Amino acid sequence: MRARTLFEKVWDAHVVRPETADAPAVLYVDLHLVHEVTSPQAFDVLHERGLRVRRPEKTVATMDHSTPTTPGGARFAIADAQGAAQLRRLEENCAEFGIELHALGTAGQGIVHVIGPEMGLTQPGRTIVCGDSHTSTHGAFGALAFGVGTSEVAYVLATQCVLQRRPRTLEIRVDGQLRPGVTAKDLILAVIARIGVGGGAGHVLEYTGSAVRALSMEQRMTVCNMSIEAGARAGMVAPDDTTFEYLAKTPRAPKAAGWERALAAWRALPSDAGAPYDAAVRIDGSALEPMITYGTNPGMALPVGARVPDPAALSDASARASLEKALRYMDLRPGQPLIGQKVDVVFIGSCTNSRIEDLRGAASVLRGRKVAKGVRALVVPGSRRVKQAAEAEGLDRVFTDAGAEWREPGCSMCIAMNGDQLEPGQYAVSTSNRNFEGRQGKGGRTFLASPLTAAAAAVAGSIADPRELAR
Amino acid sequence: MEPIRRIVSRTVVLPQRDVDTDQIIPARYLKTTQRTGLGKALFADWRYDRDGQPRPEFPLNQPEIAGARVLVAGANFGCGSSREHAPWALHDFGFRAVVSSSIADIFRSNALKNGLIPVVIDPVAHERLLSSPGAEVTIDLETRTLVAGGLTAPFPLDPFARHCLMNGVDELGFLLSQSGDIAAWEEAACER
Repeated sequence: MRARTLFEKVWDAHVVRPETADAPAVLYVDLHLVHEVTSPQAFDVLHERGLRVRRPEKTVATMDHSTPTTPGGARFAIADAQGAAQLRRLEENCAEFGIELHALGTAGQGIVHVIGPEMGLTQPGRTIVCGDSHTSTHGAFGALAFGVGTSEVAYVLATQCVLQRRPRTLEIRVDGQLRPGVTAKDLILAVIARIGVGGGAGHVLEYTGSAVRALSMEQRMTVCNMSIEAGARAGMVAPDDTTFEYLAKTPRAPKAAGWERALAAWRALPSDAGAPYDAAVRIDGSALEPMITYGTNPGMALPVGARVPDPAALSDASARASLEKALRYMDLRPGQPLIGQKVDVVFIGSCTNSRIEDLRGAASVLRGRKVAKGVRALVVPGSRRVKQAAEAEGLDRVFTDAGAEWREPGCSMCIAMNGDQLEPGQYAVSTSNRNFEGRQGKGGRTFLASPLTAAAAAVAGSIADPRELAR
Repeated sequence: MEPIRRIVSRTVVLPQRDVDTDQIIPARYLKTTQRTGLGKALFADWRYDRDGQPRPEFPLNQPEIAGARVLVAGANFGCGSSREHAPWALHDFGFRAVVSSSIADIFRSNALKNGLIPVVIDPVAHERLLSSPGAEVTIDLETRTLVAGGLTAPFPLDPFARHCLMNGVDELGFLLSQSGDIAAWEEAACER
């Protein structure tokens, strides 16, 4: 048989109706994740057309974008009436259509891309969609996972299928070994800086190479999460023993004989030797450094020790205009060192970096240190389970002793829909995924970085190299 | 959806590249549970100043663009989030096509489902349109060409999406008609 890539194997196994010149493929969806922001209008479509949910047991919902993360008593005080209405609508829709919901305040609640994997719903070889672009996260398990719009949320509810043209494949091969202080976040920021924010368009990325193999599941999730920031349809990592060990501990993974059967199928998923990709990029993992963004898209990233680039050095007029606009928005000068740039807020959280290992990393820097005077540091765990695990290890005390806020789970300041936001003009070092203008609050300015770099900035009160604080 | 065969309009030009969906419609406007009325939030943070007053220099605020249905934007338009609110806002404002040299995947897919034609043309033709705001263009779905003055630029359009747009039907009807095949697939998957 022809040598196939991981992507091709998963795709081929889910084709209900093959693609033709006239029509895209009908692709079956194994798992559909739902949150409050992109689903109400999809459920409206079902109501308008009198449709049922075809397979309610294949959809799982949670509340994350509009939910408050205020610590303690005020935790159910929703920021505003519209946010509250969205949460209520999700509750009503899930009740009406028989969909499992992890509502605010329940044990399973959290960011949709954190709870899917932790429950064991995210499994190798599955097709997974969600009305959320960071669905690419789940590709870390060797699933084919991609974000869809609200119309497609309705299609999946009604038919359990989407219509798709088959994307091309791009291998991102990262060999070598990441050096101390260099994390999965730095790896993916370096990938995006290399291929550009549109560099993955039309492609599914498969991350390969020894540096990727050495990553934990949580680190692989960080990498796959930001595939969309390179414009890719999805990102994938072939499943291996690291994947299976993680899954074996999750509540919804197959058990007993089912586990053995699943394992046999999962072991057949990695790309065959010699399977052709449509394109390939090679990166030396050993040469990577802690990265930070300086502009207004995730591709505008450099090693933390670098200086702000000069638009005048760019020959392409549109790239020059784009950089000039970004630096105006960020109020940064060409040639200025990034280290030492003052920050007002540090945000540790989001579907990119809010899992237990991320929190451990941030805590390793903050332990016994203080958040600099005048800096607001927020630590927002990705889910209630992550929060509990962190508290069991005493990480919450590390954060609060340092003077950081330890908050309830949710998307929080990554998208600033719940009241957690920057003030106009403020600078944040953030472990989230988007530094777009206004993303963390109107007029706010974002530097994207790893949890280590973010924690180092919290201590220094300015952008700092986390390796200087390593111990 | 109303069928679309041809769009004849003057253009509005937004030359920046990598315009992300957070600019097309900032997240604070995603709290709605409706699909309608989002035109006023379109490009809100670029269009209005701190006091909510229109910035006169922003292309969408110029009086001569009234009635324009075609937005010409820089490369990689619509990158970022999957929010369908982005094409909803563009459509509600009055746009029926976005022209660029590249358009982000999820945005393009969402646009096609909402009567907003993603028109990807070659960089040379794109450059000419970027440098002539207000140009009169004709976008023809039948021939899949954009014509402006002496310029004729073909653009790709999936035959299925084109059929849906030209006949004012959506993809859901087609998917629902596949329920027999879907059931057969589910049955076979159970046995695997």
